[in-house]
Amino acid sequence: MAHLLLRHRDIPDIGRLEVYQKNGGFEAFKKAITRMKPQEVTEVVKASGLRGRGGAGFPTGVKWSFVPNNIWPHYVVANADESEPGTFKDREIMESNPLQFLEGVAIAAYATGANAAYVYLRGEFWTVAAILDEKIADMENAGFLGDKLFGTDYSLRIYTHLGAGAYICGEETALLESIEGKRGQPRIRPPFPAVYGLYGKPTVVNNVETLTNLPLIVEKGADWYKSLGTADSAGVKIFSLSGHVNKPGNYELPFGTTYRELIYKYGGGVTGNRPVKSIMSAGASSTMIVADDKALDTPMDYTSVRGLGADLGSASIIIINDTVSLEWVISKTIHFFTHESCGKCTPCREGTYWMLHLIERIQRGEDIKANTELLHSVAMQMQNKCLCPLGEFSTMAVTTAIERFPADFKPSHSRGQHG
Amino acid sequence: MLAEKYPEEVKKIFAKYPPEQRRSAVMPLLYLAQRDQGYVTKAALEDIAQILDITTTDVAGIVGFYTLYHDRQAGKYRMQVCTDLPCALRGADKFLEDLCGNLGVKVGETTSDGIITIEEVMCLAGCDKAPMFQLQSGEGIEYHENMTLDKTMELVAALRKSGKEVK
Repeated sequence: MAHLLLRHRDIPDIGRLEVYQKNGGFEAFKKAITRMKPQEVTEVVKASGLRGRGGAGFPTGVKWSFVPNNIWPHYVVANADESEPGTFKDREIMESNPLQFLEGVAIAAYATGANAAYVYLRGEFWTVAAILDEKIADMENAGFLGDKLFGTDYSLRIYTHLGAGAYICGEETALLESIEGKRGQPRIRPPFPAVYGLYGKPTVVNNVETLTNLPLIVEKGADWYKSLGTADSAGVKIFSLSGHVNKPGNYELPFGTTYRELIYKYGGGVTGNRPVKSIMSAGASSTMIVADDKALDTPMDYTSVRGLGADLGSASIIIINDTVSLEWVISKTIHFFTHESCGKCTPCREGTYWMLHLIERIQRGEDIKANTELLHSVAMQMQNKCLCPLGEFSTMAVTTAIERFPADFKPSHSRGQHG
Repeated sequence: MLAEKYPEEVKKIFAKYPPEQRRSAVMPLLYLAQRDQGYVTKAALEDIAQILDITTTDVAGIVGFYTLYHDRQAGKYRMQVCTDLPCALRGADKFLEDLCGNLGVKVGETTSDGIITIEEVMCLAGCDKAPMFQLQSGEGIEYHENMTLDKTMELVAALRKSGKEVK
């Protein structure tokens, strides 16, 4: 099937305005503005079953419907902070198919009554921001952004805002704080951004991939979109495949593709022709899946992955073969989260610090049994105690590596990375 | 003083945000300060605080929180190598070690000619193209992916020669 999101793989110049337009670009935005009420757009998106692609999987149309009509102005913010280890899909969309993404931003803005939208990019995406700025200018010149669009009273401007290196800013309230010129630390919720968001105004925050689906849904309808994928997971998904595979990269596939297909049919098999030891299904925030036949044959959709004691998340799949010890894997993830904890909540700030000390003791071979038990205990104590999911995310791989791969934490085990 | 030296850029920055939300400009202004001096100087902190009518401590709090702002001089280019899990599974730790060995520096140190500072950073969303790093200078950030030690040393030689980045 032709790509729906990574369309540049079929049409190389789709990033150029005239090519995008020739291939149906901006027809959906025009249709929405000139022939649909904002509420009707929201209803179509609700009916399509589109769920947020940033990780949480919350139904997009439902999120929009929480925006109140008695507080103004409204804002739309595209979350382009993509910082989860193992995730690199939004970057490819913005680099190579930027206009479909920006048209999606415009449709979301129209549906929620916003006249200004911000694209919040992680600071490292410096060249991506330059691409988007250029495309936004092209759209303004062509009359797809600006005042009184398509002869209506609707006006819209899109702005880019560069972050400066902070994983936490992918959390939507931290992201909003960052646009406001503050340290990116999460807010207490409720109120949720739909009611109290950017500058205290109703705000919809959607992931880049989520937004890039919108032109297709508006153009082809909810039923068409639902016909792709599985019952609880409508549409297509970009799976970012990394780690021990021969052909890492982004693969746009229908929901329901199995891990085995992804690894062997698309990913070219495992590095060194070794067996898969563990799969991380949602980047560094994942639990460690034991890669037995049952796991490998599990369809990648929201419900099925949960059956493995894991989450689909943003579908960032890290493959780990049997040359690696899981105590080394979690030393990497703990190091990441210790660095990225924003410091606001004590369990996360102190817990990640202690997890790092404990895994270092284990790696040095110091009283491995006692320190492994203590590490597990510290991780368990952090769960459900923080304002945002980061604290909890940092413990996912830790507790499940210890529980599901006990042999890797035995004193006699050879530790580290051997591949 | 940024407002006097870069009036066009400063105007463009403020045009992105509602007029009453001037504080939103702090991050782009800090990038502008880094472009000007290579890092955020104490004078720049005070200047930005004055432009935005917030305290110098507020601005310093932003610099301290985000990793891409630097409050001290380093090499002309910061070579920031990702060693997070997906990159490490593709040999990033070894790549960084070899790179440091070749340049004769430790992580965090600058080459004696002042051109390159080696840093170890968190995930850069280039997991499928490791080993990879970004090159940060006052002018911005550029990715270098699917790197080998040889390719990297060629880049270093070119940077040393021209003092400029090459593609």
